[in-house]
Amino acid sequence: MDIANALVAILNFVVIPAAAYGSQLALGALGVTLIYGILRFSNFAHGDTMAIGTAIVILLTWGLQSMGVNLGPLPTALLALPIGIAITSGLVLLTDRLVYRHYRRVRADPIVLVMASTGVMFVMNGLTRLLIGVDEIRFDDGARFLISVQQFKAWTGLTEGLALRLSQFITLAVAAVSCWALFRFLNRTRSGKAMRAYSDNEDLALLSGIDPERVVRLTWIIATALAVMAGTLYGLDKSFKAFNYFQILLPIFAAAIVGGLGSPTGAVAGGFVIAFSEVAVTYPWKKIAGYLVPGWQPDGLLQLLSTEYKFAVSFVILIVVLLFRPTGLFRGKSF
Amino acid sequence: MSTNRQSDAASPWRAPALLAVLVILFLLEGGVSNAMFSGSWNSALGILNMGLLSAIMALGVNITWGYGGLFNAGVVGFLALGGLAPVLISTRTIPGAWAAGGPGVLLALLVGLVTLGLAAVVARRLSGAWRFWAALAVVAIGFVIYRELFDPAVVAIEANNPAQAGNIGGLGLPVLLSWPVGGLLAAAAAWGVGKVALGLRSDYLAIATLGIGEIIVAVMRNEGWLARGVLNMTGIPRPVPYELNLQADPGFQARAAGWGMDVATASGIWVKLCYAGLFVAVLLALVLLSELALRSPWGRMMRAIRDNETAAEAMGKHVTRRHLQVFIIGAAVIGLAGAMMVTLDGLLNPGGYAPLRYTFLVWVMVIVGGSGNNWGAVLGAILIWCLWIKAEVWGPAFMKLVTTAMEPGPLKAQLLESAPHMRFVAMGLVLLLVLRFAPRGLVPER
Amino acid sequence: MSDEDHGFGGHRGMRDASIVNTAGRGTIDGTRRSGAVRPGVAAAPFLAARDMRGGYGKADILNGCTITVDRGQIAVIVGPNGAGKSTAMKAIFGMLDLREGSVQLDGTDISALNPQDRVRAGMGFVPQTANVFPSMTVEENLQMGAYIREDDFRHTMDQVYTLFPAVAAKRRQAAGELSGGQRQQVAVGRALMTQPKLLMLDEPTAGVSPIVMDELFDRIIEIARTGISILMVEQNARQALEIADLGYVLVQGTNRYTDTGAALLANPEVRRTFLGG
Ligand SMILES: Nc1ncnc2c1ncn2[C@@H]1O[C@H](COP(=O)(O)OP(=O)(O)OP(=O)(O)O)[C@@H](O)[C@H]1O
Ligand SMILES: [Mg+2]
Repeated sequence: MDIANALVAILNFVVIPAAAYGSQLALGALGVTLIYGILRFSNFAHGDTMAIGTAIVILLTWGLQSMGVNLGPLPTALLALPIGIAITSGLVLLTDRLVYRHYRRVRADPIVLVMASTGVMFVMNGLTRLLIGVDEIRFDDGARFLISVQQFKAWTGLTEGLALRLSQFITLAVAAVSCWALFRFLNRTRSGKAMRAYSDNEDLALLSGIDPERVVRLTWIIATALAVMAGTLYGLDKSFKAFNYFQILLPIFAAAIVGGLGSPTGAVAGGFVIAFSEVAVTYPWKKIAGYLVPGWQPDGLLQLLSTEYKFAVSFVILIVVLLFRPTGLFRGKSF
Repeated sequence: MSTNRQSDAASPWRAPALLAVLVILFLLEGGVSNAMFSGSWNSALGILNMGLLSAIMALGVNITWGYGGLFNAGVVGFLALGGLAPVLISTRTIPGAWAAGGPGVLLALLVGLVTLGLAAVVARRLSGAWRFWAALAVVAIGFVIYRELFDPAVVAIEANNPAQAGNIGGLGLPVLLSWPVGGLLAAAAAWGVGKVALGLRSDYLAIATLGIGEIIVAVMRNEGWLARGVLNMTGIPRPVPYELNLQADPGFQARAAGWGMDVATASGIWVKLCYAGLFVAVLLALVLLSELALRSPWGRMMRAIRDNETAAEAMGKHVTRRHLQVFIIGAAVIGLAGAMMVTLDGLLNPGGYAPLRYTFLVWVMVIVGGSGNNWGAVLGAILIWCLWIKAEVWGPAFMKLVTTAMEPGPLKAQLLESAPHMRFVAMGLVLLLVLRFAPRGLVPER
Repeated sequence: MSDEDHGFGGHRGMRDASIVNTAGRGTIDGTRRSGAVRPGVAAAPFLAARDMRGGYGKADILNGCTITVDRGQIAVIVGPNGAGKSTAMKAIFGMLDLREGSVQLDGTDISALNPQDRVRAGMGFVPQTANVFPSMTVEENLQMGAYIREDDFRHTMDQVYTLFPAVAAKRRQAAGELSGGQRQQVAVGRALMTQPKLLMLDEPTAGVSPIVMDELFDRIIEIARTGISILMVEQNARQALEIADLGYVLVQGTNRYTDTGAALLANPEVRRTFLGG
């Protein structure tokens, strides 16, 4: 039995990728859950908000690069990110002004907002395609690895290597900081509490003097910031492809629902649950089994599902959670 | 105020007017050749045929949404599943494929189903913390057995003549038979999803269908043994004559000359007309059935449930069961359309099933046409389909106009190159405008 | 304005929790902006809502209803179920589109203000139902009550806690997990946090035990003594009228009787029809 190598392999092939992916899902799911809690509908345009935000960040990155600006070892996209967030927020606020606000004014049923969000989804999808096309784009520059396989092997003398890509580390760091900031904001500040109050009881929030339009604007800005961050980190980690951002909508929704829609803590937990299951189920465990049970040579790859079915994992977890715990892991607003 | 808009929206002239618009568009596309229209009857009929199929899809969505108030976000999956039927029913049998792994696959699928059933029973019978783990154990054991049976069978099938086949093959039956089978396949999937996602403490149908849609398409893309996956399945038989046969037929040549057309064009038009006839027949039959159902006691009950679920529940109506019914029927109609679409194309291309195109565009059709109104959904579907196709042509034309004053450069090139994507923007705008200014659609429910 | 007008053919019993969230949904149009405040009629009472007509849809619920309260007064509205008492309160608070009538507060006409701005103008309201933020703690509920205040409101919070000791013990607990009576106290406390000049209570004693009810009425008298005007709807008409300076009997959206609390209690007709003997 070779526990050290097995652990390193698990860390390298399961834990690190899943943690990075989980952070991206968590950021996306937080936005979905905030919009669900406060604007009271599931925003189908969220994936395309991520896409268009990332597209804007990429264009800005190219602009900075052409001016010779960079962050040394860090990707230039980090510098472009805040500007990208600002521009995308402006765009999203514009859709609120032109589309959603009317339905709040006439107190339309939330399903109308869902339908409207699919319209916005089409528009944003088309704009992304117009802006940057449909091809795969890599925009990570700077250093590639924080820890490379060779370095790790040299340090530890193990046969199994471990790599931590810079993009993964940045993802984890950015996600941790923004989650911390968001929770502090929601639980400690006056505006954050006003958002929770509005989500709890809209009329009473009004009767307390809270300006609902301000709450709504704040929600859009926060959700958009999280979405653009998630999209950019996902693009740095893997690559940018407009269609992928539509596909990631399913795991993001699944994460938000698994955690309990309307519950920010749940969204984060859900993101990691989905990501870890997805990676664990689609990872071939053969090598690790070889370390743990010496002499065992299984003829399959010991892979539960091929990677093409990773979306099935989010789906199955979603169904299981709904069957056994209908309000999600952390009690959300849906019952 | 919008109440006024409602009353004039209910005008009886809406549907005929929309129909007239469609006829004019059709005539323009067929008869006028300029920057906006192709002037080819072949192209006009091609658009019409897909429009008719879109109308059937829209009808399926309209049944679930308009009558049941259920949101199906996985139209693409049911459509793709229906498309499997022509392959399995009507393509030729592949020698050796069934013997190689047919029984193995069937047995494995059976084990899979039994496992799920058993897990459901276990979960229902037991209580407390045990419930989850016992059900999980059942699924785990079942999954191992399933994989032991399934994997070798699939390898065997895919190894059988991999260059041309590598799949299980069809039954060689008439392709028309596969249409209802496509409906049945989709209905079966819908039963499974609906059973799980309807009638929990609330419904979770939207997310469940979104998921199942992605999964069905993924399965069809990756399971090569089923329908060759991404290798595509071509040569699906037709219910109508082939152009080449027509062109070789002296009788048809004479008729084409009588119409004053060359044989190639005439044969294309004739084949498309045959399809159009079949599609119109199916569409009318479906609309008729749906209207009859809506006027039957069952339909009255559906409407009672829809308009006041709580009251209906209090009167002892099984709301969840009715919802499941209506969801299955809607999915079956979509599956039927899926089978018809693959028949029309003569090709199953699992890579082509994109949710934006086949789920959300169908939703646009229903909303624009008028949810709850069958004719509205049908006319809306054909209209939106026309716009979708033509916007691909009109987008670049429009962009060329806009950018005439611009200096040539990378931006102009990018704009011109990506102009066909404008149709996504256009569809979104159409949906948003209709939702805002005619919320009940162009032909609203009476 | 019904959902049907905007729901592309009605909402069709939509209960799909994966896409729509109906919990805590409001009924008031929060996008409405306030109009201008105009000078009111001189020498009018502190609150004067006059000749209010309007309702939720086509039919009027209020048919020319007038409610006034003077500074430091306790005014009580009683009447049968469905008389329009809650509707009158909402109308006074700007939560309803009035066809006719005006609302005047402290000498200015505030008819054009939206509810948020009426809070800023010095009004506090405790609705009949859904009057706390269920997932927030008691303390956070009170903080939300003080949302519009820029000054240090800890003193007011201490006052509320002294007023309602039972609530003080639960300050870290979610308001949704409190008993009905405790929740009413939180609700009143939340409204007091704005330091309103006029406190409007819609059935504050609903679902409250008789002892707590007496307690609550004592508290309300205490509040009134500090100079706050109180307008209250009550089903426990007898007890309420006993502490009332002014009483209104509302029937079908119009004032049937208006008099001092004691006079109404003494009126045999009022006793027979509305107080059960
Ligand atoms: N949101 C609403 N939409 C439509 N009609 C309403 C609404 N709220 C109340 N009504 C109607 O207005 C009328 C008056 O209701 P209101 O709530 O003002 O009565 P109330 O006097 O407060 O009764 P109770 O003593 O039962 O609280 C009732 O007929 C009721 O059906
Ligand atoms: Mg009332």
